[in-house]
Amino acid sequence: MPAPLYITGVAETALGEVPHENELSMVAKATREALAEAGLKRRDIDGLFVNYMGEEGSVQVAEYLGIQPRFSDSSDLGGAAFEAQVHHAIAAIQAGFCEVALIAYASRQRSRRARSLSGGAPAMGVPIMHQLEVPYGLPSPIGRYALIAARHMHQYGTTRAQLAEIAVAARLWAQKNPKAWSRDPLTIEDCLNARPISEPLHRNDICLVTDGGGACIVTTAERARDAAKKPIRILGAAESHTHWHISQMKDLTISAAAKSGPEAFAMAGITPADVDILQPYDSFTITVLLALEDLGFCKKGEGGAFIESGVLRPGGKLPSMTSGGGLSYNHPGALGLMLLIEAVRQLRGEAGERQVPNAKIGVAHGVGGLLSTAGTVILARE
Amino acid sequence: MSDRMQIDDPVLWPYWEGAQRRALLVQRCQACGHHQHYPRPFCLECDADTLEWVETKGHGTVHSVTTVHVQLLPELKPPYQVALIDLDEGPRLVTGIDGTPCAIGDRVTVTWREREGLPPLPNFTKAAP
Repeated sequence: MPAPLYITGVAETALGEVPHENELSMVAKATREALAEAGLKRRDIDGLFVNYMGEEGSVQVAEYLGIQPRFSDSSDLGGAAFEAQVHHAIAAIQAGFCEVALIAYASRQRSRRARSLSGGAPAMGVPIMHQLEVPYGLPSPIGRYALIAARHMHQYGTTRAQLAEIAVAARLWAQKNPKAWSRDPLTIEDCLNARPISEPLHRNDICLVTDGGGACIVTTAERARDAAKKPIRILGAAESHTHWHISQMKDLTISAAAKSGPEAFAMAGITPADVDILQPYDSFTITVLLALEDLGFCKKGEGGAFIESGVLRPGGKLPSMTSGGGLSYNHPGALGLMLLIEAVRQLRGEAGERQVPNAKIGVAHGVGGLLSTAGTVILARE
Repeated sequence: MSDRMQIDDPVLWPYWEGAQRRALLVQRCQACGHHQHYPRPFCLECDADTLEWVETKGHGTVHSVTTVHVQLLPELKPPYQVALIDLDEGPRLVTGIDGTPCAIGDRVTVTWREREGLPPLPNFTKAAP
């Protein structure tokens, strides 16, 4: 990367159940907190990056914030949009199209009871998915992840207990995070005995449904000068996607991370062995397993054996999902922004009881859609 | 065909017209012989635009399968199976498993699920050994 860029401010919205706000007020409050960390004013924002903020999302958010951006992006890469938008922000800032980028998101999917497993009305409509997939009752998105998990288990001998280790590791981290939604003890045995939803995925293989969101400021070294908190350098970023319909995914065991990972690591000039903390998108346990393999933390097919010894847990050699992740901390429909926020806090050394000692390099890896999209961002404390 | 009006997607009409007579159709490229599904106006393999609809033999192999334990549709009582099938002609598709539960690698044959006011839906069932 030519000129170094930084994340200079991050903030969560209110989390969990947020009955007294709307999505725009949540974004506005998080933006004010992130700007305070960055030492910038609302009107300094000249690039706006949002997803799932309604029709013409960036237009709605800009009006609400009272700003007029000169670079605008409402790209929908599902939950990975925010890592992809760090990638987009790098391009925009380096091209001179903006200087201070705000990436923001909020959802009240829990309060609104907005989630349904059906994937839409079964009636015949234009979307191909409604004609060829929805009538079979394949839960959305869980059923697609279940087909991927089943194939991985068949091909590589991955076990349900190995997947459960991911849920247990996330819960152990959540127990150190006062903001986490689920903090009760959880064992591998509990996960194995949990009720099946779409086999091989059972209740504890599946993320939370909560309200939440956040804001993140990306800018140049010059505009980072007045930051109140330590700016965190962006070493690399990349994105990709493989499919929309699960029938069109070329290999069920290889995610888009197989492209975004190597590209981001090449830009950063480091290898997975250099990473101190990992924030993988844990929408489902299988999502994490594929990310570990495709990002290169272990070989393809060896993810199950890699995590079995507890490497992802507190004290493990690859501390991952350190907030408790989407499985135990918060999952507001799209988790990508929360991964960036947690990575920044760990690298600043302000993660409290869950702080990983001397964390210098962190990876936030977003995944979205039906295991369709990937965005990988590599961050470092200078 | 009266059902045509309920499926507002002219590109997939031949597929549903095939289903109406219990024929599972996919596209075949006249230039390179590649079969593809769902239909597109070009061949994904060789870019030719000379595609025809052909009837498959209706045989395939289970590539992956999930057993669903939640009720999503009134006509589907859990538990039921949804699978990805590799047709012998090549294309992979999402389908429902009728009858005996299937495992990855099982050979399966097309069956048809009748629907009120809509063309029959291709499902698959474990092939006789």
